Amino acid sequence: MEMTGARILMEGLLRERVEHIFGYAGATICPIMDALMETPEIGYTLVRTEQNAGHMASGYARITGKVGVCIVTSGPGATNLITGIATAYMDSIPMVAITGQVPSNLLGRDIFQEVDITGAVTPFTKHNYLVKDAAQLPRVLKEAFYIASTGRPGPVLIDIPVDIQEQVVPDVTFPEEVHIRGYKPSVRGNDLQIKRVAEAISQAKQPLICAGGGVWLAQAREELVALAERYAIPVVKTMMGISLLPVDHPLNMGMIGAHGNRCANKALAKSDLLIMVGTRAADRAIISPDEIQRRMATIHIDVDPAEIGKNMQAAIPLVGDVKVILQQLLALEVPAPDAAAWRACLKEYRRAELTREFPRREGSVFPGTVLRKLGWRLDDDAVVCVDVGQNQIFACKYLPQKHGRLLTSGGLGTMGYALPAAIGVKVARPDRQTVVVCGDGSFQMAMNELAAIRCADMDIKIVLFRNHVLGLVHQLQKAEPYHGPYGVALDGSPDFESIAAAYGIPSMVADDEDKLDETLDRFLGTRGSCVLICEVHPDVGTND
Amino acid sequence: MKQTISVLVENRAGVLNRITSLFSRRAFNIDSLAVGVTDDLTLSRITIIVDNGNSVVEQVEKQLNKLVEVIKVRTLDESSLIGRELMIIKVSANKNNREQIMTICNICGAKVADISPTSMTMELSDTPDRVRTFEDMMRPYNILEVARTGVIALQKGGGKI
Repeated sequence: MEMTGARILMEGLLRERVEHIFGYAGATICPIMDALMETPEIGYTLVRTEQNAGHMASGYARITGKVGVCIVTSGPGATNLITGIATAYMDSIPMVAITGQVPSNLLGRDIFQEVDITGAVTPFTKHNYLVKDAAQLPRVLKEAFYIASTGRPGPVLIDIPVDIQEQVVPDVTFPEEVHIRGYKPSVRGNDLQIKRVAEAISQAKQPLICAGGGVWLAQAREELVALAERYAIPVVKTMMGISLLPVDHPLNMGMIGAHGNRCANKALAKSDLLIMVGTRAADRAIISPDEIQRRMATIHIDVDPAEIGKNMQAAIPLVGDVKVILQQLLALEVPAPDAAAWRACLKEYRRAELTREFPRREGSVFPGTVLRKLGWRLDDDAVVCVDVGQNQIFACKYLPQKHGRLLTSGGLGTMGYALPAAIGVKVARPDRQTVVVCGDGSFQMAMNELAAIRCADMDIKIVLFRNHVLGLVHQLQKAEPYHGPYGVALDGSPDFESIAAAYGIPSMVADDEDKLDETLDRFLGTRGSCVLICEVHPDVGTND
Repeated sequence: MKQTISVLVENRAGVLNRITSLFSRRAFNIDSLAVGVTDDLTLSRITIIVDNGNSVVEQVEKQLNKLVEVIKVRTLDESSLIGRELMIIKVSANKNNREQIMTICNICGAKVADISPTSMTMELSDTPDRVRTFEDMMRPYNILEVARTGVIALQKGGGKI
């Protein structure tokens, strides 16, 4: 059948079961927008800056397990998207980003809105394509979705010059299968290694599972919980692995790391066998990998062989799909480790953490207190999108999780992630309760997207901690070797109630902990979106 | 310690860029890098010489393997590889010293590629060590220009990567 490049793109997207695109139109993607208009099966959200198209696609991908798709124009559209792509790359989020490009015969002449985007994103994409012949598009699309979603997922960029979008291909055929010589991700774990792991588990006295974002990516939550429960192994999580276990699960020990829960870090320090599942053991989670290596045996399960030994040498490496490997482990029966004393000791740590008293200050609320009360009020499967800064640390440490999700930019730490990610979630799952947690710094990086919420009449509850400073940097600058806060006061910030009102979104203020229960009930009971502005003292620190 | 990494890649535009950008981003130092097409026209072989510790080389191999267009990566065993480098070297020469230069060429196995009343240009394909020796021997004759390809290598014996 005869088709234009833009039409081939639409057909290819439909074949990949794409239902929604986040984007920003421009001159070099006009043929695609034209084809999109004639493709009612695919929904479209206009963002207010291209970076957020990446974050929305990320939120969408994380909640559906499908590939998120975004599309922007050439030049500044493409460069603005880079932060969104890099954010997805660091957290291994499956994404296909499509960029328009200047006409192929003018490539390299620095014409209006031309940039070498494939060159620019090479370090933060799993792969990328510059398409110079529309007849290649069916294969490129098939490969792009396959690469983005298999093995260790990640973003793939496809750059399409505007004339290629208009090019007519006489006889279009779409491939049913992909064949890429250099790309064959491992799936099954080595049986011998699986046996060694099972034996190590049954012999441990103080085993500990450290679960990361890879468990979510492999959709292996059930298997992880099953393994932990079968052998009664306590579980700590990295920031990306958070919410794998409900808060009241007896084996849940919280989040490890520089900003983690004390109970989790104590468990890590005292364990004699650390089973790392789908985690990079990066600096924020594992502060001193050398010491861990010296003090305990380690098992490292990951789909990406390059992660084994990158930050930490594991005694037993195990490469493959986390879900398949956990199933292989569950298929083996070994005696459970004798670790009752270990669990009893950890239980005490955990109890101390959960009942921790938070400080109080007149005229303001403490973020930990707000989040603790908020979490228990949320639906069982609520999705909470958390920004970056003190709000992220408070939420990851203290927000009680049930069976929902907590989505945050854990790897790149991109401020302004939460609001657009929540929009992506809501597009995919309109029925799931969706909450944003952010600070007054991060909110101002993304508040233009209130328009997207307004436009689709979405119900997103936004918790905004207002302390008038960039809190985490402020906290850092107050400690040695720095000489005090500088350049972190958010003077000139707008009145957020007026901003919300300007978009037709109601808001309320929380500044009294005695009335907090009632305020939170009112906030969550509001129909449609609502902003809750929580007054926080600027001196509040994440270790308070 | 110097190590030789042999990489088979798709013979496509942009592949070399991905490989060099990976090296620079992770601060792996390259001593030399040589690329050429193989008997299969869809494949190129890249020979990379690195001078780093073993754990670094292992990480380089793994990162290279992650690139979609990289088909195979192998660190060659130094004791059983055939590594060759081509050098073209131009020196000042006249009727008084041509004979001496020819003697050195004969000893080292270099060939004369070009000659003029004031210069001689030689080519030598050999191991990097012997290429260096020849270059040192030419030094007294005022080297005008040198071009070297960097090492290309294959493992000895009947196996292939």
